[in-house]
Amino acid sequence: MDKKMNDYVQDFPILRQKVNDEQLVYLDNAATSQKPRPVIDAVANYYYHDNANVHRGVHTLAERATESFEKVRTKVKNFINASSEREIVYTKGTTEGLNWIARSYGSTHLKQGDEIVITYMEHHSNLVPWQQLAHETGAQLKYIQLLSDGRLDMGSAEKLITDKTAIVAVAHASNVLGVVNPITEIANLAHKHGAVLVVDGAQSAPHMKIDVQQLGADFFVFSGHKMLAPTGIGILWAKSIFLAEMPPLEFGGEMINSVELQQTTFKEFPWKFEGGTQNIAGVIGLGAAIDYLSAIGMEKIELYERSLVENLLPELLKIEGLKVYGPLDPVQHSGIISFNLGQLHPHDVATALDMQGVAVRAGHHCAQPLMEYLGVSAMVRASFYFYNTSEDVQQLVKAIKATKEFFKNDTV
Amino acid sequence: MTLSKLNNLYRQVILDHAAHPRHYGTLKDSKEQLELHNPTCGDILKLEVILKDNWIDEIAFSGSGCTISQASASIMTVEVLHKTPVQVEKMVTAFSELVTGEKTTGVQELLGDAMIFEGIAQFPARIKCATLAWKAIYQILQKAGRLE
Repeated sequence: MDKKMNDYVQDFPILRQKVNDEQLVYLDNAATSQKPRPVIDAVANYYYHDNANVHRGVHTLAERATESFEKVRTKVKNFINASSEREIVYTKGTTEGLNWIARSYGSTHLKQGDEIVITYMEHHSNLVPWQQLAHETGAQLKYIQLLSDGRLDMGSAEKLITDKTAIVAVAHASNVLGVVNPITEIANLAHKHGAVLVVDGAQSAPHMKIDVQQLGADFFVFSGHKMLAPTGIGILWAKSIFLAEMPPLEFGGEMINSVELQQTTFKEFPWKFEGGTQNIAGVIGLGAAIDYLSAIGMEKIELYERSLVENLLPELLKIEGLKVYGPLDPVQHSGIISFNLGQLHPHDVATALDMQGVAVRAGHHCAQPLMEYLGVSAMVRASFYFYNTSEDVQQLVKAIKATKEFFKNDTV
Repeated sequence: MTLSKLNNLYRQVILDHAAHPRHYGTLKDSKEQLELHNPTCGDILKLEVILKDNWIDEIAFSGSGCTISQASASIMTVEVLHKTPVQVEKMVTAFSELVTGEKTTGVQELLGDAMIFEGIAQFPARIKCATLAWKAIYQILQKAGRLE
């Protein structure tokens, strides 16, 4: 399988370059993925041949653009197994999707004394919107605890999710700890108490098969740019019953039925949410990305990434002074590996790795409450995608060892 | 060995200051205090000064950060001690121009040991680490109403 998967690297022109005289090893995929040629071509072809505004022209180009734009809704629907394409709302990305749910669903459903339950591992984008919503409505924000290996403490979840809970919002996969959360179990808990479940799929949709119905989520959001598509396009999926009653947040062109001097009627969902000219090229790119991923198969991607982790994790744990956050069992660890190297600051490590061609992220990963919870100020994060190879794994390990050696007389 | 380039960044003086920072800690009775965060990496820098007549009489910093930000803070405290706010303002500007590579000559006398950060211009992502402490001393003097 490895050999065949390695062939996909050829589709990513950006990966064929040297950085600081070393072959580039791109391990910042949790921040954004690289784009394969078919996605870049789809966007370019759209601008070369089909560019027009959607839903408002009778001319041929407008027809073509509209058809491609709406076709992608069906692709997304199939990609996450939604029950209808009308449940697919185009957004700018995960952050916008979560903000819309908080502002549209949240502010019309929450009242003083209600509770919102999230977890300590949330990215700021699945935390700040709920915190702000709590401030506005007088609701209370509660945090599910983590176990010592970084997995969710389901006992804590059971205690916190009660009849007072109106919304539960959880990351499907952590952007730091490399854990995948038991969404179905959390959905059952939430539903038992009459709460809705919002799932942040930013780190799961690119890496595993998503079936929103099987997960039991009520809302599921993700970004295109972490799964080969351009930046600036994302998806908000919600069950029809919620989308039907949620008020739109962006008023203007495109989303209206009829406008009179004193009142306006809106289109049906999903179009009522899509005010103004949309990111049409982004949508086309997302369609091409979904085609590309589906041709490989999401199950295969997940298995392959696990094989990389099975290779890497034991090697990392052998390095003295290196601490990995999250589960140490490769079977339970996704392709996101956060670590620290002795007392070395993550930024120093990241610069040293960059000097050896290895691109990683260093910092708090937009998860300050999690850093505080774990008692660290920052971490290094290496995050993999299916186009990474076992050579990449080896180059990372080698680079970490050389970094340790370089700083050995100082702070390690 | 590409790591040899790292020597341009992590010079011995820098490593030494990071491992043994000067003026690290807090001051008794300091009137002027400031805390700065580097939001992208979570670094925190607390700076305190005591101004006497028209110069910096005592200075201390604390917090956590990378080698570059800690060393830069340490060297900054050494270099600005007993200088006047007007002199410090000139140093802050010169330091900023030095690390961005805009102006690297004729500032040796003004910046002293802080010249060691010249090499950081080759590492654009780390410029912010080096300038945090200098930003802090500027802001603290500004807050104290000691700058024009």
